[in-house]
Amino acid sequence: MSGETVRITLEPIETDKESKAAAASAGNAGALVTFSGICRADEKGEEISALFLEHYPGMAEQEISAHVEEAKRRWPLLAARVVHRVGRIEPGETIVFVATASAHRETAFQAAEFIMDYLKSSAPFWKRTEGGKREAWVEANEKDERALDRWK
Amino acid sequence: MKIVYFAWLRERLNKTEEDVEIPASVQTIGDLMQWLKSRGEEYEYAFDNPKVIRAAIDKTHVQPGAKIAGASEIAFFPPMTGG
Repeated sequence: MSGETVRITLEPIETDKESKAAAASAGNAGALVTFSGICRADEKGEEISALFLEHYPGMAEQEISAHVEEAKRRWPLLAARVVHRVGRIEPGETIVFVATASAHRETAFQAAEFIMDYLKSSAPFWKRTEGGKREAWVEANEKDERALDRWK
Repeated sequence: MKIVYFAWLRERLNKTEEDVEIPASVQTIGDLMQWLKSRGEEYEYAFDNPKVIRAAIDKTHVQPGAKIAGASEIAFFPPMTGG
């Protein structure tokens, strides 16, 4: 298990281990918020067998790290950890894991949402579905772009 | 200049990256998209709707008006769908 706080991996994400690693690095935290984004078995109502995640190596890590740093400036975080998987991901498997730790829950919740909102709209990852009627690139969601408004 | 492509842009062009000699008249990201569009059928298809295409210069997001002078790597890709 790597100690890095931002990581992109081809391997399945072990959320229990990531949670423990985040907690261990958080010192005297009173709140640990963890979020797992999970691959669904359908996309727009159509059954899929898997998602395939592509990313822009270097830029993806850089974008996530920049927003983790911004979260640390906005809230008194004791730890933050982001792990994003790429490659083929089956329904039920974790696509992304975010953990934030703070003295109190409000800041940990807000920072986790902030990091996820920015990750969705500015980190260079792309999803393609497999096994539907057609293999297709998932379209960006306008709702995800609007989610950023609350942080401005 | 090195140009890299991702997701459906990569698929439509059937290439992940290329090195191109860019004419001096091409100064911005928007100019570059228009110029690339004129390079053949697959480019015409890939850059059919430049409004939906995002760009990065040296791994930093930029707008279509951004100047390309001094860039070492330019990336084009669709809106992002991670997380």
